Order: sequence, then structure tokens, then C-alpha cells
Amino acid sequence: MLLIDCPHCGPRAEIEFRCGGEAHIARPASPEETSDAAWRDYLYLRRSPKGLHLERWNHIHGCQRWFNVARDTVSDEILAVYPMGSPPPDLGRT
Amino acid sequence: MQRYSIVSLARNALTGHRNWPQAWRSPEPRPEYDIVIIGAGGHGLGTAYYLAKEHGITNVAVIEKGWLGGGNTGRNTTIIRSNYLYDESAAIYDHSVRLWEGLSAELNYNVMFSQRGVMMLAHNTHDVQVLKRHIHANRLNGVDNEWLTPEAAQAFCPPLSIDRHARYPVVGAALQRRGGTARHDAVAWGYARGADARGVDIIQNCPVTGIRREGDRVVGVETAKGFIAARRVGVVTAGSTPVVMGMAGVRMPLESYPLQALVSEPVKPVFPCVVMSNSVHAYISQSDKGELVIGAGTDQYVSYSQRGGIQILEHTLEAILELFPMFSRMAMLRQWGGIVDVTPDRSPIIGKTPVEGLFVNCGWGTGGFKATTGSAHVFAHTLATGEPHKINAPFTLDRFRTGRLIDEAAAAAVAH
Amino acid sequence: MAENFRLAEGGRIDRERPLRFRFNGMEMQGFAGDTLASALLANGIHLVGRSFKYHRPRGIMTAGPEEPNALLQLDRGGGRSDPNMRATVVELIDGLDARSQNHWPSLGFDIGAINDLLSPLLPAGFYYKTFKWPASFWKSVYEPRIRAAAGLGVAPTEPDPDRYLHRHAHCDVLVVGGGPAGLDAALMAGRAGKRVILADEQSELGGGWLARPDVPLALAGRLTELATLPEVTLLTRTTVTGYYDHGYVVALERVTDHLADPDPDLPRQRLWRIRAREVVLATGAIERPIVFTGNDRPGVMLASAARAYLNRFAVRPGTRAVVFTNNDTAYVAALDLAARGVGIACIVDARANPEGAHVAAARAAGIRVVTNAVVAGTEGRRRITQAAVARLAGDGGLAGHLGEPMACDLLLVSGGWNPNVSLFSQSRGRLRFDERLQAFVPGEAVQATSCVGACAGDFSGFDGDPAPLRPLWAVPADRPSVRAKAFVDFQNDVTAKDLGLALTEGFRSIEHVKRYTTTGMGTDQGKTSNVNALALVAEKLAKPVADVGTTTFRPPYVPLAFGAIVGHSRGALFDVVRRTPMHEIAAAKGAVFEDVGTWKRAWYFPKPGEDMHAAVARETAAVRRTAGLLDASTLGKIDVQGKDARTFLDRVYTNAWSKLAPGMCRYGLMLGDDGFVMDDGVTACLDDRHFHMTTTTGGAARVLAWLEDLLQTEWPGLEVYLTSVTEEWAAIAINGPKARDVLAPLVEGCDLAADAFPHMAWRPARIAGIAGRIFRISFTGELAFEVNVPADRGAEILEALLEAGRAHDVELYGTEAMHVLRAEKGFIIVGQETDGTVTPLDLGMDWIIAKKKGDFIGKRGLTREDLQHPDRRQLVGLLTAEPERVLEEGAQLTEAANPAVPARMVGHVTSAYHSPNLGRSIALALVEGGHGRHGQTLHVPMPSGQSIAALVTKPLFIDPEGSRLHG
Repeated sequence: MLLIDCPHCGPRAEIEFRCGGEAHIARPASPEETSDAAWRDYLYLRRSPKGLHLERWNHIHGCQRWFNVARDTVSDEILAVYPMGSPPPDLGRT
Repeated sequence: MQRYSIVSLARNALTGHRNWPQAWRSPEPRPEYDIVIIGAGGHGLGTAYYLAKEHGITNVAVIEKGWLGGGNTGRNTTIIRSNYLYDESAAIYDHSVRLWEGLSAELNYNVMFSQRGVMMLAHNTHDVQVLKRHIHANRLNGVDNEWLTPEAAQAFCPPLSIDRHARYPVVGAALQRRGGTARHDAVAWGYARGADARGVDIIQNCPVTGIRREGDRVVGVETAKGFIAARRVGVVTAGSTPVVMGMAGVRMPLESYPLQALVSEPVKPVFPCVVMSNSVHAYISQSDKGELVIGAGTDQYVSYSQRGGIQILEHTLEAILELFPMFSRMAMLRQWGGIVDVTPDRSPIIGKTPVEGLFVNCGWGTGGFKATTGSAHVFAHTLATGEPHKINAPFTLDRFRTGRLIDEAAAAAVAH
Repeated sequence: MAENFRLAEGGRIDRERPLRFRFNGMEMQGFAGDTLASALLANGIHLVGRSFKYHRPRGIMTAGPEEPNALLQLDRGGGRSDPNMRATVVELIDGLDARSQNHWPSLGFDIGAINDLLSPLLPAGFYYKTFKWPASFWKSVYEPRIRAAAGLGVAPTEPDPDRYLHRHAHCDVLVVGGGPAGLDAALMAGRAGKRVILADEQSELGGGWLARPDVPLALAGRLTELATLPEVTLLTRTTVTGYYDHGYVVALERVTDHLADPDPDLPRQRLWRIRAREVVLATGAIERPIVFTGNDRPGVMLASAARAYLNRFAVRPGTRAVVFTNNDTAYVAALDLAARGVGIACIVDARANPEGAHVAAARAAGIRVVTNAVVAGTEGRRRITQAAVARLAGDGGLAGHLGEPMACDLLLVSGGWNPNVSLFSQSRGRLRFDERLQAFVPGEAVQATSCVGACAGDFSGFDGDPAPLRPLWAVPADRPSVRAKAFVDFQNDVTAKDLGLALTEGFRSIEHVKRYTTTGMGTDQGKTSNVNALALVAEKLAKPVADVGTTTFRPPYVPLAFGAIVGHSRGALFDVVRRTPMHEIAAAKGAVFEDVGTWKRAWYFPKPGEDMHAAVARETAAVRRTAGLLDASTLGKIDVQGKDARTFLDRVYTNAWSKLAPGMCRYGLMLGDDGFVMDDGVTACLDDRHFHMTTTTGGAARVLAWLEDLLQTEWPGLEVYLTSVTEEWAAIAINGPKARDVLAPLVEGCDLAADAFPHMAWRPARIAGIAGRIFRISFTGELAFEVNVPADRGAEILEALLEAGRAHDVELYGTEAMHVLRAEKGFIIVGQETDGTVTPLDLGMDWIIAKKKGDFIGKRGLTREDLQHPDRRQLVGLLTAEPERVLEEGAQLTEAANPAVPARMVGHVTSAYHSPNLGRSIALALVEGGHGRHGQTLHVPMPSGQSIAALVTKPLFIDPEGSRLHG
């Protein structure tokens, strides 16, 4: 069970949170001008990398705030927690 | 290939079993093959087997980063059934069940396919509607599935509690008698032995590090043992598909999640069939060895760690004890995790990719084992002919662009 | 039976407290402080079970949780039956009933032992090669027999009367293991003021010290000091079973298993879930058996186990022992045994020139020591009677016997020691093969984990050093025989030959070998067998052990009862039950409830003698004739506030919200960005920047989370605040031509007249004196109002409405009648007419998609190729040719009356009811190109072979003009 450091509440057990999947997927600004293929990419294409993953978490059973987490998907180690809307921190890895 | 039988066992007993031939060779890769299959799980090995047997294509290598059958093939809860809702799903899963029925004889290898029946429980009106929709559709698709009252369900599975005062009482069940379980390792080993005997090279401990393209077509794979040329490459790497396809520059509508399972200590026969409940999230059967085999859900985050949180198992066991209170003093012996590739509509992708000559078979989510046979069979057809078999034709990558999803999960899971 | 093997004095048992127990029906005696195994040994019992495959007689081999053989079925009475319990860790209690497993008819004479004679036909994996013919025999003959032969104990058949609890704890340092190394680690951390938990699996702390002839005084000193440290928690009888991510550790405390008559307020077991900043593993080491022919007979025991039984439990495990070792530690055991009167026939040491203090002491004590020698075979059916000793040749083979076989009733074995690295491995720590110890030791840690003592490969605290040792992975058989067996995995009956066969057949990976032979897959999870198996495979492949790899250690360290994992989440506490404020009234009125999500909703209200059909007929008729009352409190309710609330609604609903005036409501559909229907509900404008949104009952939480997600992550610029108010309001719908008449007398401050209070308006009002809101919305097509009052007044207002309605023959109606009434009007239920693959266009709800407003969620998705396809499944009505015939929900529709299988299905029935108001059956269905099929006849083939014809119609069966809406 992961220990996630909520930026608002401090470290809490994973069961208090909901994972919202990959972060930094922008909804196209002009959907009507977006091709079917690009809409597919927005809806469904995910990186699912082995290694550094930037993902969204919500402290659903706590402050209910969303934030971003950088996690290694091989070790499950959490490398950074950063606010929604911020670019990912430089972790010296990809 | 030496035939296996009680006679060959007896003959070898006389020589202390020292003269059995290898079930498969451990060859070094050749520089070029007609077809390279990445991933020596059940699906990949089966594909090689059917390529050789049904299409006469034997200049084939199956390349495996670890040991054959070591991925999800060897980590699942071995449930086999075909009572899926949509025509497309029913077709491929029932094709699989039919192949399972003849597999031990076909491979001369006992895969212990045991048609003990798979029973899916209904706990409320919505479940009844969903299961009946399946039953009606299955029947008209030629797939067996029948409705049982709670009493009939308990008669079929005596440990089942049908206490009407339970939090989520059992109000009925759908039973597919042709469903059951098989010995998961044996499937990989049987296909490996059959493919090897027909000339297929199975290259273990050989990670693929790259997929080489010339323009829009594939020309081979880079591996730990050097470059291997091939004009057709099939990717069958459940749990690693996003990573492997990424080597060819293809992004996939997939995410990889841990899926956990557990077994109890072995006990004498107590559980005669397979029981699943989508509402309370429990999947259970008893292996031939006597262990209760229990499937849990996926974790909520992408991970390649082949583990997961204990809260997932806790939730599953709560459900198991709700349905089978007498198992409270049974003990968990071992827990483990696999990695499943999940598509947005929970149905697989089997077929062409944007790269010519590169084919993919992935996205089976939590349900890949049951489809091993049929998936391998139609994927072999696809690799041999360059075109999908009619059974896998609907399972395109393109459906995510057009919206023509085959959404088994949506059809089952929405509550109101 | 009298105890014949108990020493007159010594040990840590309480001789003042004798305990009676039964083994296979025989009455026996032991003492408090005994384990079941030590008590059995005190009674001279070694044979305690039969092996899994060959049904060979097996005895007690170890004194700890690594025990592969001594698995017993225990019965503590009252449904407390436990299979496969390791006698070596079960504390003896008075009245315990223990039975051996896996034999018929008896432990002494077991028919299944015929497998031992047939063993040449049953090598590893034999079942893959046979039982294939004839195919039908697998299910009917072969598999049932295999299953009956497999398994060990018997599953309980009654519900478990015991309780289990969870405790959550946090600490700075968790120390696992209460031996000397663990105690020191706990002391150090405790003295530094850290919050420490020390968990040890045994009944008392001390670990290896407890097996010494004289327990060091240092133990008492340490325990005394630990007791003074306020931040140190000491847990005995607590086994750490799992070491997960981020310092999360699970430990099982056995609270009452050792008590014959426990306090009923105590749980049987307590599962500790500990988040530790740092974990110190002081888990010790496990002695290795040696793989030689006949190494499994009762009376063959690990040397350290014999020493523990002797010193800790004052039990003589035999009268005459042969000791077989490749290291010094077994000498210590031999000396202790000799000192307490056990004859030591010989120490057989595989090393060429063992020397050092312990060897010298043995020789000085007059014990015969033979070197460069091995035990090459044993005899004895239910107990070992003799051991044959042979000299080792230079090539590792045998150079002939050393005299005649030695008579003995005990054979002590030590093949070296394995640091107990299971938890370290579980924590993802990497293992390293240590050449000196010939064992895996902890390598690089991945979490904040440190290892101390024997667990770390540091044996300085041991009596005798496990190194130097002579690696001895398999002793050659002294006589070639097809039946000679040298066991690697005792429980699963895996022999050295089986491993060889796997390699011969090309199973090279250790994981393949393991799975093919099942070595290490028993209830002991290979604690005594894995390293031997690995090294044997390495030897045969001529590879270093490290290159063969190590198998993964997976949780749990020891088997963990399901009940303990589940804790109190059982029965009524399995899941929350949500009840509305009016639940008790409904219950008093005889309501039958249905589960909708976690809610209990009143389904129907049968009067005496009524079945569901009759009750629903009465309830639905009442709504259309007079009026009915429905508890609608479970619908999700979200308070939406902020200056951008309107913009927000415009984006999440398909229709336009810019012009909705305060005092008015609107129905809305929410789509996902894929264009499929996700939820629906009515939202009311309270004021220009304040809205009251409703959702489906089951979708409430999901919708709120999704809206919150959009606000926080997609549109952070919007000033909107969402609050769940589902449980703040009690909601009662009053539907029917008399709705106004029923409600009006109760209402103050609000004119219910049609022109003052039009359809889709809402008004604040006092209802029966309670301040609330009235919405004029209808899910039945009738004149209808929905009254909302604060939840705590819900029961009150329902009573008032029932009272007011009495004069009008008002009825309570449930969800079933509600479903029928809305189906008569063709209103959809999300989750029934929709299933996540349905668009508003499919539902014929094109009218709800705003053409002019800007983007909304789902707009782009809807334009995708397949979502615009004319042959999509579309919502229609169905009228069966036989009016009385009600279709089955989920039934499939075909064009042909009796189609051949596989049939082409063109749709399915989503809702089907008998409509009392129409006097016939009605149904809703999703049908391919259904909007163009009105007037066609489709067929519903049923399992009976009969087919039901049904006419496709508009999905609207009653009051097509909508005039009833106005009363």
C-alpha cells in the first residue's frame, strides 16, 4: 500500500486516494477542429511507461484535492509530488 | 517428438526416466526468420504452433525475455469460459473453448482442461438483467449459458451461502457448464513442445531491445543476442505491450496494471466448480492440487512491479467470506501479481498496426488465459496471410478512432 | 499414554500445569509451554502424517514455522476446525484434538502408500504425459481421483465462530524477531527515544537463546530494560507475514489460539498493519536438511530442532542418534543431547578435516566422529531404525560403506544454514549468494531495511559456526534402485531425481523446474527446500548457484487465515448500508427493499396476500388514478455555486443553461468525452450563481468526483464550488392527478396553481410547517411535485403527506412501480436503457443536444464515425402480439421467428413490464436502426424454443400529448 504525501494533508495511505491516470493530457482547445485520430489520442492513448510516470491523484477521502505525482512504475517509488497545472519537476530522468 | 502416454511412461520407468527427450530445444537464434514472435507466453507459443501446423510456416522464432510461460500465462487463475455478451466476443472466446476441448489430444500433452462449470452470481435486479441479457445472447450465438435459481446454484456449488439476509444475497446465477479451468503452465509447455517439434526456435532469456523499421515497414528486431531479421513480427507481450510497441514508435490505447491473485493451503475436494461475482468482486475455484484459487482485482495505478497492495486482496477475501463463510479459517498460502494490459473497452486488439509487417495481439486485460487457444489460432492466420481471420477482424486498433468499441465492461458494470 | 521421553527436569515448560490432549483419538499429556510437536515427542510420537504424493510416513522434522511434515488437523470445538496446522508452532492447550491427515484408513496403514510402490510410474510431471485417453475419462475418472488424492487436511464445514480485528500502527523502527540481535536493535532504537515495535513469532522473547541448555541472564536484563522504555511495544506470538511497499508491513498476532478458554471479548487473531519508517530484520536463520536416500523417515530431524526440543521443552527426541552434518553447529546439538542421556552413535561429518572447539569437544566427550563421510541410506518403516554410512570419494561419489549400518532411532541432520531472507526479499531487497555460507544473504536494500544477526549472515551469536562447511547438495545413493528416493521437498515429495528429470526434459529455468516438479510450492513455501533445489540444479547444470538465480519470496511468510485478513468486514459490516430518512416508515408499511448501489430502496409495498405483481399493479394504478408517494431521497444531489456555475453547467450538460431563470428547473444529460451517456438528472436554478443538481442514485459519487476533477484540473479558471448534499435532503415525489390536492393543504407561502407554479418550476415553501423546496417535476407523466425538506424532517413530512393523502386514496409506491410508470412514458433509466455504449441520438433525444452553444463534454465524441452510423441500436417501444405476455429484460430480438444458431440479433429488451394502466405488456428495447423500424414485427426466441412476436413502436405508450402532466 503506497504512502502518498498529499500536498495539503501530508502523508496518507493509498486507500484514501484515487488515481486519475496519466497527467498532462490536455483536452484539445478546439474539439471541433480536432481530427478523429487526434481525438482518439486524447481519449485513449496513454504512455504506460516502464519507469517514470507522471500521474494524477485525488485525495478523495481527505481534502478532495487533485495533484500530480511522479512515480517509478517498476519500483513504485514516489519521486515527486507537484501541483495541478505545474510542469513536471526535473528529476534528471525520463 | 516422442509420444507421451502411459506406455512411454512405463517404458521410461525401466530406465529410471533418464532417457526422456527434451520437451524443447534451447537453440541460438538464426540471423533471419520468416516470422518473429515476441513473447513466449501461451498466446505467442500457440501462435507459433498454429503457424507451423496449419500454415506450414516453420521458419519462425519465438523470442522471450525470460522463461517461456513466465508472464501472465503462469500467473493467472486459469478460468475458461465463453459466455460473453457481444457477438464478436462470443465468437472468439467460444472458438477458444472449442479448441480447449481438443487441446490435450492435439498437443499430446495433458493441459487438464476441466469443464467443471463457471457460475456467475446475480445479487440484485441489475445483475439479473445483465446476466439474462448474456444468457439470451449466448444461446442465440450457440454458447451454452443457463439461468439457475439460488437453490439450484447452491446445489451446484454446496459451499455457496444463499442466505437471504446476506448484505448482497444471491438472487440467481448464470451457469456455463462448458466453462472451467486448465493447468496454466501445461498450456505453455504443450504449445512450446509442439511448436519446437515442428521446427520453431524458442529463444529464451533474450530480451528484445528494439524493433527495426525501414520507413513504414518492419525489418526485424534488436535483441540481447543481436539483430534478427524478419519481414513479419508479431508482438504478443501482455503486460509489456506499451513498452514493446513503443520500440516501433507505435503508441497504444493501453495501460498496464497489476492484477493480483492468491491461493489457499491445499485441502481435500470442497469446491466443485468456478464461481464469479462481478458485484461483490470474487472469483474462486479449487485446483487439482487442492488449493482454493482466488482472483482479485487490479490495482488502480500503472505498474510493472508484479505486485500490488494488500488492500486489494483484503477486499476480495471479504467478498469470498460473504459468499462462503465457512472458508474463514482457510489460510492464504501465497499471493502474487501479474501485469495486465487494459484497453479502454476491455476487449483485445488483434491485428495490423500502422507499421507494415508488424502485428499485435494484446489488451486482453484480466481475461487473456481463456482465449489462449483461439487468440493464437486467429493470430497465426493473421501473421500467415497478412490479413485478419474473420473472428479477429472486429478487434482492430482502428475502432478507437471510429468509436466502434466492443465494450464488455460497460455492458456489465453500470449501476443505476 | 504416559510421557516416556520427558526429561525429569529443565526446560521452559510449566510442570505445574499438565495439559491433556488427543492425537488420533489417543489421550496424551503435555505441559503448558509445550508446542503440540514437543508434546507429541514427549509421548514418543514421531510419525505424524503422510506425504502428499507417495503417502510416505513422515515425522516431525523441525521446531519452527519451516516444518514441512507435521501438518495436523486441529479441532478446538464449536466449528473451530483448522487444517494443515504445523504442530511445531501450535501451542498446546488443554483439550486440543489433533488428527493426522492424508491417509486412509489410518496413519499406520495407508492404502495410498501404494503410490510409493508405483512411484517409478509417477515421476515429476507424470500427469502431463498421461490421463489423456480416452478424452471423456479426464472429467469422469482421472481428475476426480487425482483431486481426491490431493489436498491435505479438510476444509472447515461450519461458519467460523471467532472474531478477527485489525490494528493500524505507525512506528519509527519495526524490529522483526526477538532473538538476541533483535532485542539489541530494539534496545538501541528505544534508548534513542524512537517509537519501536518489536514483533516475535514465539510465545516468549529470546529466539535462539531459548534453545540453549541455560538461557543467558542477559535475556532477562534486556527484557527488563525494554519494559522501561515507554515508546517500545513488544509483541509476542506475532508473525510478520508481509513486507510491502513504502514501509508497509503486515503482522499476525495470535491472541487466543494458545488459550483453552479465552475471554470471549478477545479476538482470535489481530492483524497488525504497520507503517514503519525503518525496518530491522532480525529473523535469524533456518537450518538446511541434506538430500540423501531415505532422508524423510520419521526420526530424521534437523539437529537444531532436536536441540530445541531437548533444552527448551525437556524432551528427549530419541534414545540413540546418528548425527549427519557438514558444519560445526550440529556438534553443539550432539553434545547437548549426549549430556542429557541420548546416545550418540556417531557424528558423520562430510568435511575431510573438521577442526575447532566443538569438534574437539565432541571427540573429548568420547563421541565417535567419522569424517569425509555421509549417510547414504536409512531403514525403518514408521521410524528410522538404522543409517548406512559411506565414505566420500574424491569425485563426490561414494567410496564404499563404513562398516555395518548403525542402529538408531534418531538421525540429526545439518546441511548448513540459510539466513531467513524471506521478508528482505519481499521488500524488494536483492539477494546475494555467499560462497562461505553457501547460502543467500541480503544484498542491496531497496527500502529502509536493515538486517542484523543471522538474518544478515552474521552467525557470531550462534553456538557453533555454520561455516566452514562442505557443500553437500545431494548424496549419491548407496544402491541404485528405481525406488530409492532422496527428498528435496518433503511435503510435495520432490526428489533429487525429479529435479534431474526436469533438467533432462529441457526445463532449465529454476522457475520451470519449480513448477514442473512442484518443489517449494507446499505450505512451507520451500523454507527448507528451496536452496537445496537451487543448488542441485546449479550443480547439474554446472553453473554457479548465483547464475541459476533465486526464486521469488512472496507473502505471506506463513499461511494467514482469510478471516484475519478480512477482520470485521463481514456479515452486516461487509458493506455500508444507506437508508433514507423515511426507511422506517416504509419498513413499517411492509416494504420489500432492493439494493441500489449501497442504498436500500423500497421496491414495492405488498398488502397481505399480495405478490409483487399485485402490489405493483395497485401502486401504478393509484398514481394514474389518484396519486402516489415515492421516496426519492437516494437521488444524488450536488450544490453548485459560484459566479461561473452557469458556464460550468453549459459545459457538462448537452443542453443550454444560459437562459434558465431562477425558480426554474431543467432536465440534463451528461456524456463522457467519448459521446456516450453517463448520467442524467434535473437541475434547478436557485439564483443566478447557485444551482441544485440531481444525479442518478448509483451515479452520485462518480458524477461528483468527475465534476470536481474537471473543475480542478481542466477548468481551474472557473469559479465554481461543489458540495454533495445528497444526505442533507429528504425527497418525496407526489405523482398523480390528485397531487396538487394532496399537497396544497400542507403548503404555506407558495401558490401551487398551474399558472403560478408551472411544470419545471421550483419554489421555496413551508410544507407541514417545515421549510423546504417544492419542485414541479415528473418522472411519470402525471401532475407531480417533489418535496424536499431537511433530512431530519423527512419522516415527519412523509407522515403528514400520508395523512393528507388518506382522503384521496393515496398510495406509497416503490421503485418497481416507478419503473413501470416511467416506461409507460418512455423515460429512460441510465444504466438500464443505457450501458455505457449508448448516445443521446440512439435514445431519440436529439432535442437535448444544443446546436448553438459552444463546446460541451461529449460533443466532439458524438461526431465520430461510428456514433453517427444509421444502423446503431436505437430506443424503441415493443408491444407483444399477445398482450399478456411480458418479455424478459435482457432478451434478444431477431428478425426471423425461429432463426438458426448462430442467429443474427438486432437488439435487446432493456425494460419490460406488465402495465396495469394499459392492461397489457410493454417493453423498451434498443434495436439496430430502430427509429426506422416502427411498425415492423420482431421476434424474441426463448429457451423453450417458442418465439414471441412483438411490434416495434415509438417508446411512448400513454398520453402521447402529455396532457396528464397538467393534472
